[in-house]
Amino acid sequence: MRFRAKILDVACLNHFTRVINTIAKLAKTCTLRLTPGKLYFILTDKVANGGVSMWCELSQGNFFDEFQMEGVAAEHNEIYLELMPENLSRALKTAQNAKTVKIKLTNKHCPCLTVAVELPSLASSSRIVTHDIPVAVIPRRLWNDFKEPSVPDFDVSIYLPVLKTMKSVVERMKNLSNSIVIEANLNGEMNLKIETDLVSVTTHFKDLGNPPWVLDGDSQNSTQDRDPETMAEARVDIKKLQQLLAGQQVNPTKALCNIVSKRIVHFILLHEDVYLQYFIPALA
Amino acid sequence: MPLLLPAGAGAGAGAGAGADGSGARYVLVASLDKARHLSTMLRAVHFRDVATCVATANGLKAGIFQEFVVQEESVTFRINLTILLDCLTIFGTSSLPGTSTALRMCYCGYGYPLTLFLEEGGVVTVCKINTQEPEETLDFDFCSTNVVNKIILQSEGLREAFAELDMTSDVLQITMSPEKPYFRLSTFGNAGSAHLDYLKESDLMEVFQCNQTQTNRYKISLLKPSTKALALSCKVSIRTDTRGFLSLQYMIRNEDGQICFVEYYCCPDEDVAETEL
Repeated sequence: MRFRAKILDVACLNHFTRVINTIAKLAKTCTLRLTPGKLYFILTDKVANGGVSMWCELSQGNFFDEFQMEGVAAEHNEIYLELMPENLSRALKTAQNAKTVKIKLTNKHCPCLTVAVELPSLASSSRIVTHDIPVAVIPRRLWNDFKEPSVPDFDVSIYLPVLKTMKSVVERMKNLSNSIVIEANLNGEMNLKIETDLVSVTTHFKDLGNPPWVLDGDSQNSTQDRDPETMAEARVDIKKLQQLLAGQQVNPTKALCNIVSKRIVHFILLHEDVYLQYFIPALA
Repeated sequence: MPLLLPAGAGAGAGAGAGADGSGARYVLVASLDKARHLSTMLRAVHFRDVATCVATANGLKAGIFQEFVVQEESVTFRINLTILLDCLTIFGTSSLPGTSTALRMCYCGYGYPLTLFLEEGGVVTVCKINTQEPEETLDFDFCSTNVVNKIILQSEGLREAFAELDMTSDVLQITMSPEKPYFRLSTFGNAGSAHLDYLKESDLMEVFQCNQTQTNRYKISLLKPSTKALALSCKVSIRTDTRGFLSLQYMIRNEDGQICFVEYYCCPDEDVAETEL
């Protein structure tokens, strides 16, 4: 098993850092899957995560100038690692003015992702800061746990409103309540609601638009029959929603959510070349 | 800014929404172009979680509201100020140039929640905050005819002084006099006593009308919350009456040039003899 990669371009480095920072906000521990063409950050819906799950996909060519990997075996040319993205985030913090950043899979006293940051220096020799991030190698027999989630059979699919507004509103609502109701209909309307003994607050978004999904067979019929005014709703933990929104720094290219009434809310965010899916289950 | 839609938005409003949308069933309706003006001012008095709100035809800062209709003589209710502030700033506290939050505040009367309609950029938020029994408000009975000493200072002169008050002192002693030291703030803390004197000729002093030497002590814990209002104000008026009661009036000017006042009253600490220098 081998992995080595290098980033030379400052813009790529900043972009990669932003992605890692977003992931770090969403998951304390997650799985990094490496393939010859892509990197994936995966979080599966264990009880410990409060049932949320995440799938984030990046094309390595958009970030790395060099990228070489050899998986566990020829027919399974992939590597699965468990790590804490916050460690990677911290290592990249020191790389703000770096000339190069190299990431390598190593075996020090335990398997590590070693991040070597070459910093500019006045002397002829450069300074290198090295971070060893402990990782756990996930054996092949467990790889099935980390399959790409399928789009659920949703009741309503809707584009998200301007994230900045959604972020502000959800942050304030977090002060007032622990849970939030997300509801939307096929008329491009979405409401965020909280209700407690002391206060109730509802924010109404209009004209958001509903993405046109190409569905096969029965699913297509069910959404076509649906009354456009009827709301699909789910009550979720407000902190999870706030964490998702907090991690989004710039307005994404595409942002939408699929609601399965009373079951789950599925977010899809596409930002340039980063594809993120995030599932928040409904509260009982 | 467009006027907000009162009824219709927010189902299940119950008695809170005027059925015809004209607000005819509301006891109090107030509309404001920039919710931030109200939230800024409320922050000045936000040192307790709950505030009593009294609205009369003149009251509740009618100057800053574009529309202000009160059906009854006076409307009083108690409300959680922290929640009110969170609702008023639902769209965030930083403002982009050209954007502002429009506000309409409606109240149906005793037992009903205070309803806020806020709108920014086409997005409407409706908040219903439960109100509580109004508390007895203290009447300090401070009337201008009993004022003995009066000073109006520019706030910047007092801000640093108040920020640096020795909090180990139980009291803040205020001396006002037609003679030296004119205006003196004193504390008596663990490290010793500190005196801060303001000259009556100082640039910061706008009005100096002291007729009698008065020295009064006030519990510092009672005055410290007023620093919030001081921070937002441009001018402050300090007056004492024949009983040694203190009135602090802060003039707050918002970014549109509108003026509001926040008043504090404090009674002197009982254990101390007066007119001592």
